[in-house]
Amino acid sequence: MNTKPEPSLHPDPLGSHPTRLRPEATARRMGAEREQQVDNGRHSERGCVEDQPQHAVTFKSAAPKAFGGAAAGAPLPQHTAALRADANEFNYEELIERTGYDFGLSRRSFVKVLGAGLLISVSLPALAQESGARGRGDFMGTGAKSLGARIHLGADGSITVLSGKVEAGQGARTELSQAAAEELRVAVGRIQMLLADTAAVPNDGMTAGSRTSPATVPAVRQGAAAARELLITFAIHQWKTSRDNVRIVDGEVTEIAGKRSLTYADLAKSDEAPKLFARAIPSDVELTPAKDWKVLGTPVFRPNARDIVTGVHQYPSDIVRPGMLYGKILRPPAYGATLTAIDLAPAKAMPGVVAVRDDQFVGVAAPNSSAAESALTAIAKTAKWTAAPPQPSSKELFDYLRQNAEEGMDNPYAGEIAVAKALRRTYDVPYIQHAPLEPRAAVAEWNGDELTVWTGSQNPFGSRRELAQAFHISENRVRVVIPDFGAAFGGKHTAECAVEAARLAQGAGKPVSLRWTREEEFTWAYFRPAAVIEAEASLDPRGRIATWHFININSGPNAVETPYAIERNHCRFVRSKPPLRHGSYRALASTANNFAREVFMDELAAVAGSDPLDFRLAHLENARLRAVLVKAADAFLWRKKIKLADASVSFGLACGTEKGSYVAACVEVEIDHSQKTIKVRRVCQAFECGAVLNPENLRFQIQGAILMGIGAALREEVQFADGKILNASFGKYRVPRFDDAPDLDIHLVDRPDLPSAGAGETPIIAIAPAIANAVFRATGQNVRALPIRL
Amino acid sequence: MEASVSFVLNGKPQTVVTDSERSLLEVLREDLHLTGTKYGCGEGQCRACTVLVGGDCVPSCLTSISDVNGMEVLTIEGVAGAARLHPVQEAFVAEGAFQCGYCTVGMIMGLVGVLKKNPGASEADALSELQKHICRCGSYAKYLKAVRQVLNSNEGDA
Repeated sequence: MNTKPEPSLHPDPLGSHPTRLRPEATARRMGAEREQQVDNGRHSERGCVEDQPQHAVTFKSAAPKAFGGAAAGAPLPQHTAALRADANEFNYEELIERTGYDFGLSRRSFVKVLGAGLLISVSLPALAQESGARGRGDFMGTGAKSLGARIHLGADGSITVLSGKVEAGQGARTELSQAAAEELRVAVGRIQMLLADTAAVPNDGMTAGSRTSPATVPAVRQGAAAARELLITFAIHQWKTSRDNVRIVDGEVTEIAGKRSLTYADLAKSDEAPKLFARAIPSDVELTPAKDWKVLGTPVFRPNARDIVTGVHQYPSDIVRPGMLYGKILRPPAYGATLTAIDLAPAKAMPGVVAVRDDQFVGVAAPNSSAAESALTAIAKTAKWTAAPPQPSSKELFDYLRQNAEEGMDNPYAGEIAVAKALRRTYDVPYIQHAPLEPRAAVAEWNGDELTVWTGSQNPFGSRRELAQAFHISENRVRVVIPDFGAAFGGKHTAECAVEAARLAQGAGKPVSLRWTREEEFTWAYFRPAAVIEAEASLDPRGRIATWHFININSGPNAVETPYAIERNHCRFVRSKPPLRHGSYRALASTANNFAREVFMDELAAVAGSDPLDFRLAHLENARLRAVLVKAADAFLWRKKIKLADASVSFGLACGTEKGSYVAACVEVEIDHSQKTIKVRRVCQAFECGAVLNPENLRFQIQGAILMGIGAALREEVQFADGKILNASFGKYRVPRFDDAPDLDIHLVDRPDLPSAGAGETPIIAIAPAIANAVFRATGQNVRALPIRL
Repeated sequence: MEASVSFVLNGKPQTVVTDSERSLLEVLREDLHLTGTKYGCGEGQCRACTVLVGGDCVPSCLTSISDVNGMEVLTIEGVAGAARLHPVQEAFVAEGAFQCGYCTVGMIMGLVGVLKKNPGASEADALSELQKHICRCGSYAKYLKAVRQVLNSNEGDA
């Protein structure tokens, strides 16, 4: 950055927010800004041996690229794609589309600033770097800069471990507590885990991408091991003895042949402690090998269970501050409709009600939610909107995505396809909603120009930055606190609710609680991206796959590459123009890619006259994936069962890998042809994610992923037309309930010899294709879309 | 329309003067600061807001405050004894039967309601009530274990 904004206008020393630099974003405040961290649609190494263009294995330049929503009819404006090469190490993409709220400068003053030439000398590549750096901060975090930033030892014996990760039900609080307890040599109950308060904890990156287990657990272990070594060294110095003469048990260093002992409290009280804890955590500290684990690797339940079952725990929507008001936001009648006029007087006339308009932002705050609702209803009647621009509906979604694909999809093996036994299929995967049971919620409180927000987000430091940007204040004036909240599934990476609450609180001069309604969550949160997948393959005379061509349009590159050993394959991701605001989801695009690939594999097996299990094994060299597939098939008695399949009871299997873990599922389904219903009766799933950190929590994540996968396989689909969501309620968008839960037979394949991979996402990717394959077997009809319909 | 509504809340008399159209859920949470009862959908579809009114499981989001005049209302805050958790709560803790936990209080209230009505309730009775609830984390298998633990210990008591 070589241009600094005028200080009086820009208290933020960073002065580099893209929302200020891009007039389009400011003008279209209901729009969104996207950071896309990896763009790795590419060929496999093998594929590149062929005459494939080499660009596919290299990353595109970091220049920002406008894409998506640019069509006349699309409701979303400018997007920025920022690329991150390092994220590709784990083949992972996070999609973040932020809303473009900008409250610091009015549109007029913004234009004035631009006109004064203060900002326009910033070059576009500089912007891209800026945006890439932010992406990295969000995703990977900076970690603890000192031991004291990770672990606080109290003179009273308390042990507080700090992490920027969040707890949304996935078990981070438990596993990080175990990680610290293991290395500190204390019982897990001794650990107080302080999560996600940006004023107190290190930035461990977003809680996303299954990264807590492989990245944050080791980081916490490293800090805890360093603290343990400090205690041991402290004792050795005090007693002028050698390491061989001491041992550490239960948080206490004792002399093996003596009676003296020292604890973490003693270390905390020592004069050297402040200096020792100000140092960086050494990278060479020895971690306990998995074979010696006593706390990690064992089943531990959530530490705050009692507060959950008594209702004492305060979720973000439960936070109450003195003098707090309750907010409501005016939403446009359709995506892309713009507010042209509104009269706030009817709301302002109501007792205790505050009404705020800031360009397209309109909201009210009142002493209770009903009063806020009445006030909003009163002013909504006076609102004038432009008509929503023409935009595609869910009925034409897949044609629209295909027509707007940004690159050609020619099959490089077309010549061979023409003369061989070949199949070509197109698979459609709809938008779905995460629908966490706690909708977005935030409480915002200003103290002068300092802002504190309590909210449910997977991205505490990213939320802090989003708030700082929206209000043009420095990040160190914003504190974001994330209480353990009511689930996310990749759906809470952004801070729009927090920004809205903060704008209302600013207008009201009082703290404001804003809780989105279910309808708002279904409409104004982002969606799992929809996908069209084009698959084409040819078989050689022996019935093996000779060529494989597989393209994901729109939803992303996660698991787009085939894990099967196919010499000649070409797999890639092609962007399109998403008509809805989309973002991350549990396993994101691998839900679509693995569905299409595994369904296609069964169709190819049928053409080859081969059993689906044999057909897969014949193409599978990856030992870890083979192991889970064989495990699931054996446990399910696949070879015996498959002979019993008929039109009403059938069986299917599928497998896959993503984010370093491996899954295979066998399912039994019951089909009622007259009612046109599919019931999943039994799921046998094998899963491997390296060394298991907590088998109880792992099973729970697998169970949850299976249930969520069943919902997406059988029912979930966002319907929309004319810029409106048509099924924005649990009454119209059915998610799995008790009677949808099948018998579950889960097999953990523990590999203590391997590093732990995350496990909250991958267990979802085999379930939809396994169900589809069971339906295909029963009906003979190819399944070409989700949700599966008879 | 302002009204004075008197009811028994978790065993103690309670009077609120407020707009009679407001939901029980909102009054519990915003006026009485009993935030254990959760909002999930506002249309009775998820039952995170379940409370007992006159011994019946009801979605408090669809119940007007005026509807509870003269009634007994039990919320999650009134379920545990002074010294120990309710057996249903104990079972949910023992099984670790929740992920995010946002639906859990509603599930617990649903099961408490079934058992209050019929201490000898069967698993089918319990599940027909819990079928109304949504757990988006998909913890149903664990919830079922907790339900069975409660019902089995009930059998043992009998």
